[in-house]
Amino acid sequence: MNLKRFNWEPYLLLLPSALYLVFFLAWPMFQAFGLAFQADDGHLTLDYMQRMFSDVMFSAALINTVKLIIAIVPLQFILALVMALLMMERLRGSDILVYIYSIPLAISDLAAGIIWFSIFTQRGYLNSLLYGLGVLDKPFLFLNYQSNWPFAAIVLAEVWRATSIVFVILVAGLQSIPRDYAEAAEVFGANWFTRVWRVTLPLLRPSIQTALILRTILAVQMFAVVVAIAGRGMTVLANEAYRWYSEYRSPHLAATYAMFILVISLGTAFIYLRALRVKEEMVL
Amino acid sequence: MKRKTSYSRLVVRGLVYLVAVLIALWILIPIYLITIAAFSPKDVIYSWPKSLFPQTISLETLKFFVSAQYVLPSLRNSVVVALLTLVISLVIGAPAGYALARYIFRGKDIFRIMILSTRAFPIVILSIPLAVTFMKWGLYDNLISVAILHVAMALPTTILVTSSVFVGVSKELEEAATVFGCSRVQAFTRVALPLALPGLAASAIFTFVLSWNEVFAATILTLQNRTLPARLFIQLAASPLPFRFAGGFFILIPAITFMFFIRRYLFSLWGITLK
Amino acid sequence: MAEIHVESVRKTFGKVKAVWDVDLTVHDREFVVLLGPSGCGKTTLLRCIAGLEQVDQGRVFIGQRDVTDLPPRRRQIAMVFQNYAVFPHLTVFENVAFGLRMQHRPKDEIKKRVQSAAELLHIENLLDRYPSQLSGGQRQRVAVARAIAVDSLVLLMDEPLSNLDALLRLEMRAELKRLLREIEATTLYVTHDQVEALSLGDRIAVMRDGQILQYDTPLNVYDKPADLFIGGFIGNPPMNFLDGEVRTEDGRLIVRTGGGEIYPPPEASAVLSRLKEPSVLVGIRAENIETLSAPAEDALQATVLVVEPLGSHNLITMQLGPEQIKVNTDADFQAQPGQTIWLRLNTDKIRWIDKASGRALDYDVSPQS
Ligand SMILES: Nc1ncnc2c1ncn2[C@@H]1O[C@H](COP(=O)(O)OP(=O)(O)OP(=O)(O)O)[C@@H](O)[C@H]1O
Ligand SMILES: [Mg+2]
Repeated sequence: MNLKRFNWEPYLLLLPSALYLVFFLAWPMFQAFGLAFQADDGHLTLDYMQRMFSDVMFSAALINTVKLIIAIVPLQFILALVMALLMMERLRGSDILVYIYSIPLAISDLAAGIIWFSIFTQRGYLNSLLYGLGVLDKPFLFLNYQSNWPFAAIVLAEVWRATSIVFVILVAGLQSIPRDYAEAAEVFGANWFTRVWRVTLPLLRPSIQTALILRTILAVQMFAVVVAIAGRGMTVLANEAYRWYSEYRSPHLAATYAMFILVISLGTAFIYLRALRVKEEMVL
Repeated sequence: MKRKTSYSRLVVRGLVYLVAVLIALWILIPIYLITIAAFSPKDVIYSWPKSLFPQTISLETLKFFVSAQYVLPSLRNSVVVALLTLVISLVIGAPAGYALARYIFRGKDIFRIMILSTRAFPIVILSIPLAVTFMKWGLYDNLISVAILHVAMALPTTILVTSSVFVGVSKELEEAATVFGCSRVQAFTRVALPLALPGLAASAIFTFVLSWNEVFAATILTLQNRTLPARLFIQLAASPLPFRFAGGFFILIPAITFMFFIRRYLFSLWGITLK
Repeated sequence: MAEIHVESVRKTFGKVKAVWDVDLTVHDREFVVLLGPSGCGKTTLLRCIAGLEQVDQGRVFIGQRDVTDLPPRRRQIAMVFQNYAVFPHLTVFENVAFGLRMQHRPKDEIKKRVQSAAELLHIENLLDRYPSQLSGGQRQRVAVARAIAVDSLVLLMDEPLSNLDALLRLEMRAELKRLLREIEATTLYVTHDQVEALSLGDRIAVMRDGQILQYDTPLNVYDKPADLFIGGFIGNPPMNFLDGEVRTEDGRLIVRTGGGEIYPPPEASAVLSRLKEPSVLVGIRAENIETLSAPAEDALQATVLVVEPLGSHNLITMQLGPEQIKVNTDADFQAQPGQTIWLRLNTDKIRWIDKASGRALDYDVSPQS
């Protein structure tokens, strides 16, 4: 390759984004590292880490976050899969259905939290409905922090809001799988369930992988939904990062929490990538 | 025999529609509820039991929200931040998307993978160190700093989406333009750009929504100059119910409306996988 | 208009030698067809001439001017793309006017030229439409109209008919031929369809693996293919190639082939006698074989295998000695599989091919230019 012919154009076009991402994505990440492991005078320390681990709220935040992920992600995945498979049935009015199913993509976690708060709050719509059905005769205190109801409300809100993204990724994946495969399987006598399980899902693996990684990483940083529904009654990791920064004015501990979130995110992404490995030779 | 199979087919088909409609209702009902809450007068909001089919529609609650202190300025802030985010990420990201779509070059795959893997980068990690940095630079509590962070969050998606938009505009068209007298730049502005415009607009709207919805970074990076979600968020615990409901409705509506305009692009916006 | 001159041009993509040391001259107002199998480098060569690819080596001249380092817009070319590349966001009028607008021509001139180009291609009533409202054939005409509307030195066409159905293709082929006669453009036309090449070109350049193997008139390319490959690639059915053994009997040169003997004409004999090895390939087209129902002195005995009636004639596959051979006969020729028949090869039409190199033993090499 001679130098005169070397084409600089693509690199010039990429340069701004690359620089931007280095400055405002990679660099802050290193800084977060520095904040978490470096005292103000510059020497390395594990102090902040120890303080985070021994913090009273830490274990609650971690446990809640993990519990939420375990409750939410599988539910979302199954629901999204059902929705996506429905779209493949060529229903009448599926245009409208696709739009409705993807509306929550545009809904912020804060708005979702407030909406579900309006449902679960003491004088909210759920209590009104149960009263109207004659199940209750006075409002039930759902968002009581001794009970599991706030947790359930958060799970519902999050499933309601963030299933769409899984749905859209799965539909895009399904659309890229030629129908021939499933039809071939049908010709050879596979029933609907076998077709989905043996043909569609394995071929959908890259999309499933992407959707799960994206979903879990976003769930690890779950924040506004939790605060909007449970207030101070329940905490999660991102909430602790926020509180250490805003309320206790300690960027160090906040950054330590942030690093912790990053580690969990990378860890789960890695696990999914391993567990749902797409072998090269399996891709046509 | 034949009768029976067609009958059971009908039943299955019916069930499929039923499930589809139930899921649609599951999504729509909460939106309906927050809407009637936002359009109920205050005393109805505090009353119990509430009617699920309210008789009176009132703007009282929404007016109360809008006239509350800080709300209008933070609404303006939100729009400013979202517009800044949209413009910056498009100006920076679209050229990269174009490069990925049009050129074959060394390092392309690596760049693509890096972009893909930063698409879901945890915003929590960016916010805190950047807050510290912006403090040093005197950009703290400045809308620009929020926009900078939102761009970092939106840029990978913008690059991927614009790249798939440009892939959809045949390279041959641009080549034809150069044969018939255009320079490379003219070929882009006269042919590729007009054809890519709807897709680019969708990407822009998407970025706008992303920024409009973002709470964590906006809350951390600002003090006085809050965006609407940040303002709502910090005041949440201390606010009366009508304020919360109207606020929730307020940030919900533009998002849904914009979504309507980009519905055709949904799958190209979000359907990109790792493979 | 002007001539195109390509001088030892090379273009590689990684390890692929897409175009390798190609020399080609298209004279002023000549219509040259670039023919070859898929992937042989036709499009690449065309794109090198258009400036859409930078050549690795060699020069390109258009109208005596070295354009090798000029961008496409400075080469004064017009091109019809393989997939038309009609701009979807512009009306037919604006598409045709595109090149003229780029040259900042005055409005009324643009209008006049677009109108006349549109009339030539019978699309004058489509000018207000958008390409999405056109059929494939109409789009193709728009692409051609756009190319002829501008003052270009040369016209490059990349398989402009390949996306059309058979009938439309036939029709457009005739129209193109008329049109290009009319506008007297220097044209380089790419196709992998040999019928198109034979019917359109003043000359045909046959390509394979990035190289031009033969550059000659359609008749010569058909009758006198330069090698085994071209004989097999052009013509339907392809040329028959039989193993032959050259020997001299009673001072006369004969060739044993197909279980019999044939007698080459004097010019061929002279060349054949100079062969180092006694073996040769006998190339003969299906229509240059006469069928006889009784043995004759110079006829070879064959057995009918398959008879394919094709309307205008019959195509018969026969076993001739150890080989099979395809023969065209009249439509009313009756034959049954298994029947014995005698074949007489028209020795004036035989191509004698060197077995080792696959090249024709040329005693009448046509001048390359
Ligand atoms: N941009 C490219 N990158 C890499 N290889 C290429 C590129 N363009 C062409 N090639 C290769 O160069 C060779 C010649 O391709 P070209 O398109 O010129 O063939 P062609 O004769 O036009 O074939 P067809 O009749 O199928 O259009 C092929 O092997 C092709 O794979
Ligand atoms: Mg080609």
